Amino acid sequence: MPADAPGDTSPILKLRGVTKTFGAVTALDGIDLDIHRGEVVALVGDNGAGKSTLVKILSGVHAKTSGTIEFNGAEVSIDTPGRAIDLGIATVFQDLALCENLDVVANLFLGQEVGPWRLNEVEMEVRAWKLLGELAARIPSVREPIASLSGGQRQTVAISRSLLLNPEIIMLDEPTAALGVAQTAEVLNLVERVRDRGHGVILISHNMEDVRAVADRIVVLRLGRNNGTFGPEATQEELVAAITGATDNSVSRRAQKRDAVTEGEVS
Amino acid sequence: MSDTQKFDRADSRVRADDGLGGALRGFVDRMRSGDLGVLPVILGLIVIAVVFGTLNPVFMRPANLTNLLFDAAAVGLISLGVVFCLLLGEIDLSIGSMSGVASAILGVLWVNVGVPWPLAILAALGAGTITGFVYATLLNKFGMPSFVSTLAGLLALLGLQLYLLGNSGSINLPFQSFLIRFGQTMVMPGWLSYLVALIPGATIFWFGLKTRAQRAQANLSVPALSVLIVKAVVLTAIILGAVWYLNQGRGVPWMFLFFMGLVAGMEYVLTRTQFGRSIFAVGGNREAARRAGIKVERIRIYAFMLCSTFAAFGGVLAASRLASASRQAGTGDVNLNAIAAAVIGGTSLFGGRGSAWSALLGVLVIQAISNGLTLLNLSSSLRYMILGAVLAIAVIVDSLARQSRASHGRA
Ligand SMILES: Nc1ncnc2c1ncn2[C@@H]1O[C@H](COP(=O)(O)OP(=O)(O)O)[C@@H](O)[C@H]1O
Ligand SMILES: [Mg+2]
Repeated sequence: MPADAPGDTSPILKLRGVTKTFGAVTALDGIDLDIHRGEVVALVGDNGAGKSTLVKILSGVHAKTSGTIEFNGAEVSIDTPGRAIDLGIATVFQDLALCENLDVVANLFLGQEVGPWRLNEVEMEVRAWKLLGELAARIPSVREPIASLSGGQRQTVAISRSLLLNPEIIMLDEPTAALGVAQTAEVLNLVERVRDRGHGVILISHNMEDVRAVADRIVVLRLGRNNGTFGPEATQEELVAAITGATDNSVSRRAQKRDAVTEGEVS
Repeated sequence: MSDTQKFDRADSRVRADDGLGGALRGFVDRMRSGDLGVLPVILGLIVIAVVFGTLNPVFMRPANLTNLLFDAAAVGLISLGVVFCLLLGEIDLSIGSMSGVASAILGVLWVNVGVPWPLAILAALGAGTITGFVYATLLNKFGMPSFVSTLAGLLALLGLQLYLLGNSGSINLPFQSFLIRFGQTMVMPGWLSYLVALIPGATIFWFGLKTRAQRAQANLSVPALSVLIVKAVVLTAIILGAVWYLNQGRGVPWMFLFFMGLVAGMEYVLTRTQFGRSIFAVGGNREAARRAGIKVERIRIYAFMLCSTFAAFGGVLAASRLASASRQAGTGDVNLNAIAAAVIGGTSLFGGRGSAWSALLGVLVIQAISNGLTLLNLSSSLRYMILGAVLAIAVIVDSLARQSRASHGRA
């Protein structure tokens, strides 16, 4: 756990009433969310709860329907992926979004190539190995097309890519879904390292053990709405109840209240 | 420093394909997995040379080959342009008409209006650039598939060509002008052609050495010097041989060198610049490219503009080759020949794979077949059927190679 509570600074990212509709489907309905420096926020919820949609809105893939997003205190409109990257929001998408026909180096540096008019392949390759090394990635060759990599290897490439620009916030959408035991541990270590560098992390995962191991706060989405915020010490029952909505929400409401007090966030 | 300490040699599962043997092994592996590269084209050219050379000895005479190269430059340029569209997974079916419009603009402005020919060429190229912009905008703003918009463009441009040429139907271009000599007779002096023939090998060798030094300094594995030398020597030998053979007849056309220069330039753009990388990315996975912050719409605009501009340039060269701008320019098989050349050369119709070289290699195949059939006095009806079959075969090879790569996990 970080020594100082993250609540004493203003959030890097502050969402208020973010709503997203796809035609008749309301994927997100009035989402509030704060991300502080040096904080890992886990976003959990059942399939279809809207987690990926939220990530896509913050990464400029989808436009929000309504609501406000503040970045470092100023309201921003993240209307393109390029805008999100410029702000310092890096994303590992659930569907990875890699170009199969390009090699690992080209994918890592896509859109951020060294030497736009004269690509510096040597420097890119060296930095690629270093980035992959941070994840203890097992990629035999960075000059193979992505198509020849396994699911787990692709996932490490996607995660490494998010670290390239030293972003302020990293969002990881189910990053460990295709990973083995050791790799999962590496990713969780990485999440902690990123947090300790003072960046904010949004982690989406279905594995409650992983979530509790690294998260400073656990935010539950259910059917596109906020359904409670928990500390890492929350019990499995509490989380499951909030995720599935199986029991009365008093449990989560209590947890939310307690969280709000400890974090000084009462608005 | 031992090999295992190098960044890219730390993983014991990677076979280190060092030296000549290693290079050969890597080559065989790539072939097997459907990464055929230029091999089918080279084989195709050899078969063509043997077949047509046997049927009619004139085919392989140096003078005929020079003629062939003169003819190849125009279609080759059009083909070079369409590579940009194909790499995006798009297509431009109006490149033939575009080249016809360009030749009409050249003829009208130069001969009828009296504008100096360089300015007339600029106007023709400008018309191409604008046309490409229109196609890209139709795609970006209205989601109009490029094969529809360019099919509409094919007809519209043909109409424009007929309108520009008016009742005369054909405009003869001044025979004594530089442009026409460039398109019909100008060949390189022998000594210069040999000197230029050394450039590709020397370039490969020089940059190969530089890359080796950089990689060594960066603690990456260094490709074997022997492979580099063999590559450079073989390439130089082939080009020198070809140049020597051509010099036994009329020599190497300046126009073909001009085309080669543009191919080399575009190869640089595609493989060594951020723009080129973005084209491959958009062609490989548009959504991934977009999420990486690439401005997909802008890339499309540039690619379509390049495509149509090169088509217009090809039209200009075709006009200078024929010394006329006519209603027939750019019609008939020009369109499909240019697209077929790119595909035969190894650019995929499915996007994301290909090279500028494919235009060069493919156009040689197409032009050789076309030239050989003409020498056999076959009517154009048969020529069309045979070229149609060749295109079909090229697309089948492309498809099969794609499936094979997929099953071997190589995109
Ligand atoms: N592009 C889209 N078009 C229409 N509906 C969508 C789209 N993306 C997501 N949805 C809908 O939004 C809801 C939330 O999806 P998603 O964010 O992917 O959930 P999660 O990641 O939490 O499993 C689902 O009901 C899904 O069907
Ligand atoms: Mg999801």
